[in-house]
Amino acid sequence: MIVAEQKPINEILDMIKDLKKVLVVGCKGCVTVCNVGGEKEVSILATSIRIARKKQKKEVEVGEKVLERQCDPEYIEELKDIIDDYEGVISLACGVGPQFIAERFPEKLVFPAVNTKFIGGAIEHGVWAERCAGCGECVIHYYGGMCPIARCSKSLMNGPCGGSNHGKCEVSPEIDCIWDKIVRKLMAQGRLDDLLKIRPPKSWLTARDGGPRKMVREELAK
Amino acid sequence: MTEYKSGSNLEKVLKAGHFAVTGECGPPRGANVELVRKKAQYLKGYVDAVNVTDNQTAVVRLSSWATCLILKQEGLDPTFQMVCRDRNRLAMQSDILGVAAHGIKNMLCLSGDHQTFGDHPEAKNVYDIDSIQLISMVKKMRDEGKFLNGEPIDVPPKLFIGAACNPFAEPYEFRVYRLAKKINAGADFIQTQCIFNMKRFREFMKRVVDMGLHERCYILAGITPLKSVGMARYMATKVPGMDVPEEIIKRLKGAGKGKAAEEGIKIAVEQIQELKEMEGIAGIHLMAIEWEERVPEIVKAAGLYPRPKVD
Repeated sequence: MIVAEQKPINEILDMIKDLKKVLVVGCKGCVTVCNVGGEKEVSILATSIRIARKKQKKEVEVGEKVLERQCDPEYIEELKDIIDDYEGVISLACGVGPQFIAERFPEKLVFPAVNTKFIGGAIEHGVWAERCAGCGECVIHYYGGMCPIARCSKSLMNGPCGGSNHGKCEVSPEIDCIWDKIVRKLMAQGRLDDLLKIRPPKSWLTARDGGPRKMVREELAK
Repeated sequence: MTEYKSGSNLEKVLKAGHFAVTGECGPPRGANVELVRKKAQYLKGYVDAVNVTDNQTAVVRLSSWATCLILKQEGLDPTFQMVCRDRNRLAMQSDILGVAAHGIKNMLCLSGDHQTFGDHPEAKNVYDIDSIQLISMVKKMRDEGKFLNGEPIDVPPKLFIGAACNPFAEPYEFRVYRLAKKINAGADFIQTQCIFNMKRFREFMKRVVDMGLHERCYILAGITPLKSVGMARYMATKVPGMDVPEEIIKRLKGAGKGKAAEEGIKIAVEQIQELKEMEGIAGIHLMAIEWEERVPEIVKAAGLYPRPKVD
């Protein structure tokens, strides 16, 4: 899923400081799963804004709405009947949501309330970690099911570098050295030959480096 | 007539079977040409080639290639270092041609310290290709006369290709294989991380020799004289992949006030004496960090002066 975290409340308050009517819009997709933009968080953020603005003696009308998904125009359409009551929209979805809303309702001001972090998963309750860099050409089968592009600080395809330290990355003891794990797993599997293969330079054309990406599936596209 | 890959002084010395000595020159944090020339004077005549670091520890410095040119003017044989952190494959190939065009004949290929260590931690990193892919790319440019994309090069760069090896970084059991990978990729010479734990290095070299890797490339053992107990502690705890045994720190401490530096040099000389006899070792890489002025006495004390002249 896409993992996101909420922006500091003061940053959000600053974005909407001149507005008197705002709509907080959540999403039932990834941001609900990572506890940042679902029904509960929409309600908490709306309440926090109301309290803060009351203290500032600049009261604001805050609406609340949670969409099935903000990355689908079909669901964005649900805002059509209520959005005119507001000057602006605060989206708690990943970076996709506020862009879809801004595109559909060009006259409205749209604000992101979260910082989109990465593609990853929960490794324990309340802890998420990056697993995929969205490079467009998956190679994890060469590496024991672990992605060095996303999980090595240097994206080394032929690691580990000399900075691997007690299973941790030279960048921080908080970061596992994924190459340490790859080497240990492949050697335990008797796959030294695979480790000895020199993986050639990657084509980043399939990644963001080929320009903004778009995917068309003819059989589905009208 | 001997066939050379680049014909650098370092390559000639190694091919002639001499025990090589390479030094290191960290470029200044500015365009201080005089400082580079001064450092060059300390090293001239005492080393066969000089590595010039490429924004080491991710701190901005005078570029490696520009510093190499100054060293060349001073009569030294520079080794251009390139890390994968700051350049994509276009910039890399362009700079490789650039140094070759100016007569630089050695190049060391490295991953590079991560930018979060340095003075611009907010920087975007590149890592378009990694160090092993860089070695292959330089070899392809030199031997096949082709760019990475397969297109022909109008006058290929002739470079003696070097790579680094850290026998002290984990996972230990894989390090000898990673060395093999670098040799397979095309490394002509290897410079190791600074050695302080000689016991572990002996074990590592035994594996290298058992696998015959020393017959496929020249291995230069990394030596760094320790200036102080503080430096030893810093190396032991703050520098990733560095193994400084407690006994070395004790020895420096035991030397007494104001004598740690002399003891550090003594340790380095003892290490070199042992390395001269060690099977598979073709020379040393002397990294006297911001201590270039002591290189002559270390080289002399180790019995490695004068340096051979090979034509």
